[in-house]
Amino acid sequence: MEVVMAFVIGFLFMAAVYLILSKSILRIIIGTSLLSHGAHLLILTMGGLDGEAPPVLADGVTNMADPLPQALILTAIVISFGVTAFFLVLAYRAYQELGTDNMDEIRGKLSDD
Amino acid sequence: MINFLLLPILIPFATAIILMFAPKKITFQRTVSMIGLIAATVASFTLIQRVHTLGIQVVTFGNWPEPFGITIVADMMATILVTTSIVIALFTVWYSFRSIGIEREQFFYYPGVLLMITGVNGAFLTGDIFNLFVFFEVLLMASYLLSVIGGEKKQLKESIKYILVNVVSSALFVITVALLYSVVGTLNMADISVKIAEIGQPGIITTIGVLFLIVFGLKAAIFPLFFWLPSSYAAPPIPVIALFGALLTKVGVYAITRTYTLFFVHDIAFTHTLLLVLSCLTILAGCIGALSTFNVKNIIIYNVVIAVGVILFGVAQMNEEGLMGAMFYITHDMLIKAALFFLVGIIVVITGTANLKKMGGLIKTFPVLGWTYLIAAFGLAGIPPLSGFIGKMLIVKGGLEAGNIWSSLWILLSSLVVLLSVIRIFIYAFWGEEKTIVPLAERKSYKALLIPSVLLVAITVFYGVGAEWITPYMQDAVDVLIDPSVYTDAVLKE
Repeated sequence: MEVVMAFVIGFLFMAAVYLILSKSILRIIIGTSLLSHGAHLLILTMGGLDGEAPPVLADGVTNMADPLPQALILTAIVISFGVTAFFLVLAYRAYQELGTDNMDEIRGKLSDD
Repeated sequence: MINFLLLPILIPFATAIILMFAPKKITFQRTVSMIGLIAATVASFTLIQRVHTLGIQVVTFGNWPEPFGITIVADMMATILVTTSIVIALFTVWYSFRSIGIEREQFFYYPGVLLMITGVNGAFLTGDIFNLFVFFEVLLMASYLLSVIGGEKKQLKESIKYILVNVVSSALFVITVALLYSVVGTLNMADISVKIAEIGQPGIITTIGVLFLIVFGLKAAIFPLFFWLPSSYAAPPIPVIALFGALLTKVGVYAITRTYTLFFVHDIAFTHTLLLVLSCLTILAGCIGALSTFNVKNIIIYNVVIAVGVILFGVAQMNEEGLMGAMFYITHDMLIKAALFFLVGIIVVITGTANLKKMGGLIKTFPVLGWTYLIAAFGLAGIPPLSGFIGKMLIVKGGLEAGNIWSSLWILLSSLVVLLSVIRIFIYAFWGEEKTIVPLAERKSYKALLIPSVLLVAITVFYGVGAEWITPYMQDAVDVLIDPSVYTDAVLKE
């Protein structure tokens, strides 16, 4: 099971890198979302996928899933949600002010003034 | 009081929350943020004394036994850096009164600064690797706000890139933590250190070590990963650049230092040689950048990159002199970079331009500014008895002791380039014939900006002259860095 997950996560990272290297801001933001999906799935997989019961205390349950990675993912999801929301609004503002969503056209250079 | 070490995190955090209730009342904003920062300064200096007399302070939330809860650890290195960052925030807020502009002050500027300080202090003090990630995000989100606040076109352009780089590096951080967790099965930094020592750092741990170097190197701007820094730091207003330049990269440097002295100490021949090579290349890149531009802000920004290289060179030696030098140099560099950005900001206000070629002859009208700048420039280059000297001397001594003769000479040579780059500002801006300056009515703030800058330079001079009083504290910090068992014993109470 872990091997299948590793391939899926690797595919997500590949797609994310491809999208982040593209020119449109929206494609870049989609790429960062895929990157965080990949990272979250990686935490889940790296914690081990062998637990059967959900990590809730109940009578007779012995083989629980590792609760720690789930807490980590929950934290990381909220954080990446906040950052993505900020990033989307920033992209919107930049589109309004600069009139373009092409990364080539918003390239800055260090000026001497 | 067992929770005392939380005060440097909690006071700025509480102050930021209070400030959010009345964003439009400028007097309230200014007074409350100053009171909060002064209280935090007092608390952090008291904490230094406590750590010095009582040893490493540890608190685990919720009274859980040690590896299971989140631990906050105040060793001397973290405490010194926390104190320095609070002092810098205090001066930056003071400097901001007359330089940041009322629109920004009314739009959550001070809460942004205080939340960034919360994140920075938390990152210094935490003893849990995932908690370090969370505090990184706290400081990064506040820095996104600060870098875009005001909404100028240039800021919008640069913020997009800044956020993108940091989102990618944060995802890498999560991935690296996940990999480390799958190998050692714990997140507590002291426990990780013990577990890695038990399994003797196999190849996978070294790989994770290099991944951590990439993650923190992106935050700290080391050689191949510094590409985002010059343009992102040039966009925001001066007080924000001062905060970023003094604090943000240093958090990355701290994280590299912590992981490379606590976790990855069993294959030094590979990991620390890599760090050594990268730090030398970082210095080279920074030197080229600092000489390449006539923009006063960019010269200092490239000097931030050089300083990161110098500090990491000291860390890479892994001997007492090198680490002691790195500790002296990182504190010095935080203070002096903030001071230099302040002074350069005043020059920009006076002349109305950041281009050196359009300035000249300021020394006749502004002698105090000129001589203060010269002292700060000499301090940056490391001329004794000023603040940069002792750190760099110890770093070079450590390098020679470890047998890295050529790279140590390279550090000394880089000091000349640093001196040349900042003296160029002095020569172009303060000597020569007088050129047009902004009329008096538009720069009424000159005196108000000069006072915090001069005081901060005075602190750096005191730091250089009083190195003898500071050495015992630095010694405490280095004792922990040089021997990880001091740290792990204090946390795990074995």
